[in-house]
Amino acid sequence: MIEISGLTKTYGPTPVLDGIDLTVGDAQIAAVVGPSGAGKSTLARCINLLERPTSGSITVAGQDLAGLSGGSLRRARRQIGTVFQSANLLRRLTAAQNIALPMRHQGLRDAEVRSRVADLLERVGMLHRANHYPSQLSGGQRQRIGIARSLALQPSVLLSDEATSGLDPDATRAILDLLTGLRDDLGVTILVITHEMDVVRGIADVVAQLDHGRIVEQGSVADVVRRSDSPLSRALLPMPAAPVAGDLRTWELRYTEDEVSPAWLSRVSRELGDVAVLAALVEESGGVPVGRLTVGLDPLLDERRVTQVLAAVGLAAEPGPARVDDARPATAGRTESAA
Amino acid sequence: MTSLLATPWADVDDLLVPALGETVRMVGIVMAIVVLLGGPLGLLIFNTSPLGLTPHRAVHVSISWVANLGRSLPFLVLMAAIIPVTKLVFGTTIGFKAAIIPMSVAGIAFFARLTENAVREVPRELVDVGLATGATRWQIMRGIQLREALPGLVAGFTLNLVAMIEYSAIAGAIGSGGVGYLAVNYGYRRFDDHIMIACIVVLIAMVQAIQFSGDRAVRALTH
Repeated sequence: MIEISGLTKTYGPTPVLDGIDLTVGDAQIAAVVGPSGAGKSTLARCINLLERPTSGSITVAGQDLAGLSGGSLRRARRQIGTVFQSANLLRRLTAAQNIALPMRHQGLRDAEVRSRVADLLERVGMLHRANHYPSQLSGGQRQRIGIARSLALQPSVLLSDEATSGLDPDATRAILDLLTGLRDDLGVTILVITHEMDVVRGIADVVAQLDHGRIVEQGSVADVVRRSDSPLSRALLPMPAAPVAGDLRTWELRYTEDEVSPAWLSRVSRELGDVAVLAALVEESGGVPVGRLTVGLDPLLDERRVTQVLAAVGLAAEPGPARVDDARPATAGRTESAA
Repeated sequence: MTSLLATPWADVDDLLVPALGETVRMVGIVMAIVVLLGGPLGLLIFNTSPLGLTPHRAVHVSISWVANLGRSLPFLVLMAAIIPVTKLVFGTTIGFKAAIIPMSVAGIAFFARLTENAVREVPRELVDVGLATGATRWQIMRGIQLREALPGLVAGFTLNLVAMIEYSAIAGAIGSGGVGYLAVNYGYRRFDDHIMIACIVVLIAMVQAIQFSGDRAVRALTH
């Protein structure tokens, strides 16, 4: 469990982080997202104690780590494992030696180091590459070794600082599965700093959006996606482009309940007539279904009735921005309304 | 006629082999001192710089200034200027021992800069890895900075070694002994062309061999 409260970091007169409050419970994955320049990397460097916060506290397992120095700072840093962007492996050490490095620096016995390295290599599925140098590994493989190294000192909190940027989708998926496995098997608390929304949807339990050094929105991923219609929500679950649909009227739908019946479409269609699904993104996030759709309905239907029928099956509905027969590109109209 | 003045080819060995031994001994001792003192000095210069582990402006500026001092004078001038120190340490201003001091001073300053450059090439992120995993500064310097900079350090060592062979020849002027001394005394002062040619060949072969081995070592250490 990690508790960040009132975290502020200023360089000169400008605050880069301005009163960050964020709590991640045991065995939870939290994601911090935000545009570049929002303060994400500074936040990461404050959390792994590479930068000293100007004020505020970072509490891990009941101990405030923000104000430490010297030997106690070094010990505190070992409680927080960091997975760096592009892995940052030492080029002149093999995969196994890279994983062993933090343990050697901590002065662990040889036998202990060897057995832990073997366990970690197995956990990240890299036993067969133990004696390869980083230059002989792919980006995804390097990052697995980076994850193994971050776990070397058995930290209770793992910080992943843009760990999947630059990886291809398959490698990203593999890394995310690995992180999810760490949460589920080892109960590690994971804080993911990322700009990739698929990463957040893929693994995060809670999400916080950072903008200009402040957290502007936070909550469980499922809540953020379903219950609000905020910029973060739209960024997390973007609406796919919809084709023009004859003379139907477009409606934008959003899952709002935990239990949306898989058969809602036929139920709604019994009440409202034909429902043309123009675009849809429905998936599971944090164990519940989340989704957004654009549908086309008979333009003569009463707006209030449409809203009621859809609310009854757990969907929030808003009339589309324009009639699709306006010959206006549907996508353009929708994006404007998204703001 | 050169043949009248020159040492017969058959006798060149008698002069050249001991001279080569002196060069190896002189340069060997100097390089040991240079690595032992210049390496740490370079590490200190880098790590007290704003990019280093423990930025400290005053320390950085002063040791940087000292290192520049050792490199600002042409070697012949440095050798003359440093004579009082040499006399103080060894009680003599000529010969093998007397050459060690100016060569070490110039070499330490040179190797300090080469070390600083090699360590600067190590990505800052790797130092962050050390810090984030709770390593001490000493562990980071030894286990990360020096280890990752090793190919660069070996390249620097090669460069420094060749420069020291050159300086050992210049030190021939104060009677240092060695191949350079032989070339100056016999080849230049006595117009002994055979000795001159033999010295030139040996020096070229030595430098080529050193550079070749240095390059191979750098390749072998780079992964």
